[in-house]
Amino acid sequence: MFVLAFLGKRVLAAAVTLLVTSFLVFSLLAASPGSPEQTLLGARQPTPELIAALRAQHRLDDPFPVRYWHWLSGVLELDFGRSVRSSREVVDILAERLDVTLWLGLYAFVLVLLVAVPAGLSAGIRRDTAWDRGVTVTALLGVSAPPFAVGLMLLSVFGVGLGWFPVFGAGSGFADRISHLTLPAVALAVAGVAIVARQTRAATMDVTAKDFITFAEARGLPRRVVLGRYALRNSALPVITSAGLVLAYSLTGAVLVESTFALPGLGSLLVESVSTKDIPVVQGLALLTAALVIGVNLIVDLCYLGLDPRVRHAGGV
Amino acid sequence: MLDVRDLTVHDGRSRVLVRGVSFRVGPGETVGLVGESGSGKSLTARALVSLLPQELRSGGSARLDDTELLGRKDLRGVRGHRVALLMQDPFTMLNPLATVGTHLVESLPGRADRVEVARRLAEVGIDDPAVAGRYPFQLSGGMRQRVALAAALAKDPGLLIADEPTTALDVTTQRDVLALLRRIQTERRMGLVLITHDLRVARQACDRVLVMYAGALVESARSADLDAPAHPYTAGLLRSVPSVTHRQPVLLGIPGSVPAAADVVDRCPFADRCGWAEPACTEHAPPLVDLGDRATACRRHGGIDLSPPELAEPDAEPVGDARATLLDVADLVKVYRSIGLRRTEHTALAGVSLHVGEGESLAVVGESGSGKTTLARAVLGLTDPTSGRITLGGLDVTSYRRLRSADRARARRLVQCVFQDPYSSLNPAHTVGYTLAESLRRRGEDLDVESEVDSLLDLVGLPASYAGRRPVALSGGQRQRVAIARALAVRPRLLVCDEPVAALDVSVQAQVLEVLRKANRELGIALLFITHDLAVARQVTDRMVVMHRGRIVEHGATADVLDAPTHPYTVRLVQSVPDAAPHTEGEAHVTQ
Repeated sequence: MFVLAFLGKRVLAAAVTLLVTSFLVFSLLAASPGSPEQTLLGARQPTPELIAALRAQHRLDDPFPVRYWHWLSGVLELDFGRSVRSSREVVDILAERLDVTLWLGLYAFVLVLLVAVPAGLSAGIRRDTAWDRGVTVTALLGVSAPPFAVGLMLLSVFGVGLGWFPVFGAGSGFADRISHLTLPAVALAVAGVAIVARQTRAATMDVTAKDFITFAEARGLPRRVVLGRYALRNSALPVITSAGLVLAYSLTGAVLVESTFALPGLGSLLVESVSTKDIPVVQGLALLTAALVIGVNLIVDLCYLGLDPRVRHAGGV
Repeated sequence: MLDVRDLTVHDGRSRVLVRGVSFRVGPGETVGLVGESGSGKSLTARALVSLLPQELRSGGSARLDDTELLGRKDLRGVRGHRVALLMQDPFTMLNPLATVGTHLVESLPGRADRVEVARRLAEVGIDDPAVAGRYPFQLSGGMRQRVALAAALAKDPGLLIADEPTTALDVTTQRDVLALLRRIQTERRMGLVLITHDLRVARQACDRVLVMYAGALVESARSADLDAPAHPYTAGLLRSVPSVTHRQPVLLGIPGSVPAAADVVDRCPFADRCGWAEPACTEHAPPLVDLGDRATACRRHGGIDLSPPELAEPDAEPVGDARATLLDVADLVKVYRSIGLRRTEHTALAGVSLHVGEGESLAVVGESGSGKTTLARAVLGLTDPTSGRITLGGLDVTSYRRLRSADRARARRLVQCVFQDPYSSLNPAHTVGYTLAESLRRRGEDLDVESEVDSLLDLVGLPASYAGRRPVALSGGQRQRVAIARALAVRPRLLVCDEPVAALDVSVQAQVLEVLRKANRELGIALLFITHDLAVARQVTDRMVVMHRGRIVEHGATADVLDAPTHPYTVRLVQSVPDAAPHTEGEAHVTQ
């Protein structure tokens, strides 16, 4: 019962956030310099017929709220209009690009989890050892390294030098795609690994100083139980929060990595669309990005609910 | 069964924290390890289960039957199986994310089923098997401590070390948990080492009591023999315990404070605070001398008379007389509402009325959750009551925020407070003198600040040179006396004390209580004295109100309430006070 109420409230909050975002996104068209007709025309020849058609299509004669409502009902049916540049449906363009970005983002995220959590956990437990210092310094380097620089370095070493991985394109088919996306995913994951590893280390150090860990050891529980059920689960909440941020970043902020590896993802689409003032595509991208971030946050909330009985039973911390 | 020989604990730079502790525990025997903070009792316990903090090392030997406990690399089959540790704080000892059942199942050897879990819960007095499905945060402190006990005993260890297992609990629960420990220990014929700071608890629950001071064992005696202590420190501890049955004319403590173990390695650690010390006492560390049934580390034992001083006539208990009302609290209600997904309401005060006369001292006693601290906060203007009325010195101070600023300043000078934790109530960046001068200026008179600071320090029994010190250089008791001096600096007419001695060791409690009595009797400052400790209340206050779940259930003269309680809750409180007499079960005391 409570869980349902919790879920309902979170979904409602997500919907409201999306609505506000959509309003801002829609205002983009009105706020962009020049008249809306000019923007929507793009490079096309401004014939009176075309202008009239555009005015009718975008209902430019109606007042702003009515236009917004019209646009919004279109959006709800996944109709974002057509690209100014290519006249293709915005939805089709997004779907095509989202495919690559999802692969890249999720691949990078899996790498982050596989590397960062064990590294942070072991560093936190063996505090002040050579291993701990190594992890801390590496994490510092990782946070400071710009992803495109890491990308270029990976390209020249593993792509060009050793020839292990292809240097551009997204590949097709599972194995081919994995091989194409490995270098970009690593480049994208480096910063995330550093952030999550540091969080995990801090959370583990915090938890291992707790009485319940000492008491678990005093009862002679096996080490894997103490580490797993006690240390890992209790340090999971801050780790999940930071992992959620990293996931949202991997899905939406891969512009630099995508351009370094010439990948046709959402990031490069955003750069192209902004530079050509392709407003409908930018609107679609902005909404999609917002939806992805909100979705990730919703998943993080669900993890809280699953992990912490206090959230489940008491209703908020 | 357990044979500890010459146990030492030291840190990485070989500073000694515990030195040369030796004792034995037999099957079915309960040994109490008593000491104040810094005595090394908890480190001794931790060393026995190899759970010392990372940077500490132990030395010596501790054999449990045929197994050496110290310096083991591999503790499988020992920790939990042979020797278990029960810790102090039931609120932090259990995994917040796991149910009670999980705690037991993971600790029980082999495969455990529901029946076994229910049986183990029943052993610790939890008869409702549904508790197995609960999470720790859904249980009270007493229940959590029972669950922790069941978990600690899951592998059926032959020896249990309980480190202050009842200190964090309310007095009524404390008694139940102690009785439970005692019962289980007898049933299982298990060895029990009970670590406590409370000599009364140790005497009541243990066969033998070991007294530790500054990292060393100073006396070992059967509980029954403690009436005639063989070490001056034990005698001092016994004298320091305030009485709940009568009002003492002078509260006796032990002057000074506990030294660090490393500073007293080659001398009698207690010599500086001892009334019988002579130059030879500080020449070398006196060994623990075996006297048959008991042992003492006092080299002058036998030559000095440690019997308690003739009890001076108990103070005449004050009689209530009509005094002008200073503080009047009428029908005070405070409801806390949580904001969030699931709204909850918690009534902290459900209509409390009381008054304090000029120069009177009123005790507010009750357990955690009784609303006594909320009452103090409302009187101090730190929280606005939901309804009701507070009048202080003729001023309506129900809501400080609504007062005109001149009135608010007046109210703040009328009432001052002393909090429980002396370690966090003084600004560590300021010297004592600065802190006091700051308060003195609030008095708003033209005065010689420097000489006033000296006289304030003198009032609370501290040397004037302490004005130049910062809080970090003071002991807990000294800090609390500075906090009192700071409160007295503005010459308030009411002093609100919220558990002022609860965080202090018993040997320094007396000094602080004496200062408060002096402020009350000689300076005529009224006290609103909040405490859970009935004995302390008896020593300091004239009248008493007993609070339970936000209501006052009994009130009257302190002596009358404690000698002849009428409300069932008060009766239970009074009965829960660990009495000074040793417990009377067990073979050790048949001779009595």
